[in-house]
Amino acid sequence: MSVDVVAQYVMNGAMLGMMYALVAVGFTLFFGVLDIIQFSHGDVVTVGAFAGLAAWTLLTASGVTSAGVLLLAVTGAAAAVTALLGVGVARFIVLPVKSAPQLNVLLVTLMGGTVLRECLRLFYPGGSQPKLFPALLPTSGWTFGRFFLRFDNVILLVSGALLIAGTHLLITRTRLGLAIRAVAQDEETARTMGIDFRRVVLVTFALGSALAAFAGVMDGLYYNEVFFGMGLLLGVIGFAAAILGGLGNMYGAIVGGFLFAALQTVGAVALPFASAYKDVFAFAVVIVLMAIRPTGLIGERASERV
Amino acid sequence: MRSRGAAVALTAAVTAFVWGLLRAESQSAIAALLALAVAAGFVLLKTRWLDPLAGAALANERFAQGLAVASVAALALVLRDDDFALLLVTRVLIVIVACLGLNVQFGYAGVVNFAGASFFGVGGYTAAVLARATGLPHVLILLAGGVTAALTGTVLLLPILRTRGHYAALITIAFALLFRTFLEVNDALGGPQGLKLGEMRIGPIRFNDPVGIGPFEGSFYLKYVAVALILLALAFALVLRLERSWIGLALDAVRIDEIAAASFGLDVARWKIAAFTIGNFVIGVAGALSAFMIGFIAPNNYTFAESLIFVSVLLLGGIGNPWGLSLAAAIVILVPEKLQVIQEYRFLMFATLVVLVLLFRPVGLLPRPLRRLVERSP
Repeated sequence: MSVDVVAQYVMNGAMLGMMYALVAVGFTLFFGVLDIIQFSHGDVVTVGAFAGLAAWTLLTASGVTSAGVLLLAVTGAAAAVTALLGVGVARFIVLPVKSAPQLNVLLVTLMGGTVLRECLRLFYPGGSQPKLFPALLPTSGWTFGRFFLRFDNVILLVSGALLIAGTHLLITRTRLGLAIRAVAQDEETARTMGIDFRRVVLVTFALGSALAAFAGVMDGLYYNEVFFGMGLLLGVIGFAAAILGGLGNMYGAIVGGFLFAALQTVGAVALPFASAYKDVFAFAVVIVLMAIRPTGLIGERASERV
Repeated sequence: MRSRGAAVALTAAVTAFVWGLLRAESQSAIAALLALAVAAGFVLLKTRWLDPLAGAALANERFAQGLAVASVAALALVLRDDDFALLLVTRVLIVIVACLGLNVQFGYAGVVNFAGASFFGVGGYTAAVLARATGLPHVLILLAGGVTAALTGTVLLLPILRTRGHYAALITIAFALLFRTFLEVNDALGGPQGLKLGEMRIGPIRFNDPVGIGPFEGSFYLKYVAVALILLALAFALVLRLERSWIGLALDAVRIDEIAAASFGLDVARWKIAAFTIGNFVIGVAGALSAFMIGFIAPNNYTFAESLIFVSVLLLGGIGNPWGLSLAAAIVILVPEKLQVIQEYRFLMFATLVVLVLLFRPVGLLPRPLRRLVERSP
């Protein structure tokens, strides 16, 4: 295999890894503050992508053609809608069942995700079919030998990395981050120190969901297609990545995301039946890895969540 | 004795209602019937008029079960030449069987399984492949469907035993998505187009010929109703006996507190394996019968959304209560089929309903009664 083909695979893997990492960071944040798994997170990703698509459709219909404005509107709309959605999910679905058995939390968020998915399928115009997502970024690029490095991929990767770095700074360097970490470490003590628990939870859900929106828009821009069921794959793999990295551990989630992408890319190259079975392979990897390392590669660290 | 009379009257009323619902053609009539049922159900739930009857039913279980079988049989005979209505009745019976299997896993042992439709599909595909390729008697093929589903489940045993709660749920979700994708890309199993099955035969009985015994004539679906009813009776007996026995006690202990169960000397892994395997077997047999009845199977019948419908049946009915899930299965299957306005919206509707039930009435429609370890004095 020549260098340029390898480079192409590495690029694909990096894009996938960034999307998985963005989703996994959300899972790990929610687990940190509430010790619950938000199973509808994958569908929040889809809602983000569709919100971006809706913003694009509305703006182009009203005559806006500037790519920069469109791009800002698409990401802004996606982030705003999912942040609100995340707050709604936390306020009306997750917090009321917080003290119920774990199984109920799982079921309520899973069914909540189904509600989101079905709403998109039924009520978004033409939502039951895959929808074309506009290419908003420049598709030109640099040529290295036979490897073509596209600008849009580079932009997406860099902005994804910046977002994760920004989230990291927010959590480690700000008062809000301190509050989130305090709640993650010990809810009751945090409350007695005067931290508004509900507000911290809601803000965390808004933050994690907005990251998911970016993953959704990134998926749309990269594949030029969005589909109401796309969140299932992203959600399952993102959750598996978060577990693999140790739930509650942000670095772990990122590592887990890229690890899954690497496995998937290597699998696509190494296995003879390649592309047709690519999703089957991805899910099989999830099952096998969970069997081998059920508590993750890095391990949950009870003392330092988030 | 008075309560027996009341039970017969109530069963007759419910049977008549289902008959009316199945025969109703106009959408407004169906909507009116459903509104009536909702109102009646609400009143009964609030006034608790049925509680003494439910207590009596629990005390005289044989009688209650006999009444239920008689009511389905009567319903089938009254509807004898209405193909579609009989198809629906059979579907409800088969879904109840599958959910009974899921109930052993979910309700008793607490082993989550979000791949119910996948194991149902394993049974169906096994039936299709065996019926096409071999000359095995079809009763054996039904059993083979269950055995294959149970064997397929063993693949997931290791990861499920090593994980708990959320993590185990993730594994079964991944399996459900994997199974559906696998069926779609696999050419040997017919790909997205699926497979056709031939006619089902048991001994001299050919299932696609209409029924004609002397002057009595009826649709060929009557035979499927009969087989499904027999299967349901067997599954019901199995599940109830399982629950009553020390096995049921062990499963309950494992579900409620794994550590406590282990410290009382229960082998947690063994009981989880037992529950998961028995459940998948029952689901697989139901899937095989369903494949024969429909005569055609495709990946679209076995999606993750369908698995969630099975789980919804369990939760709406009251997890762990076979009677509750039977009622919920009837609602979940019949309502969208008859009220076509909501057919397209059924996944959305039932998911929303489950969210609401979990938020406001987590025990479901008919909660599982407390285990009675000693006979009540009369």
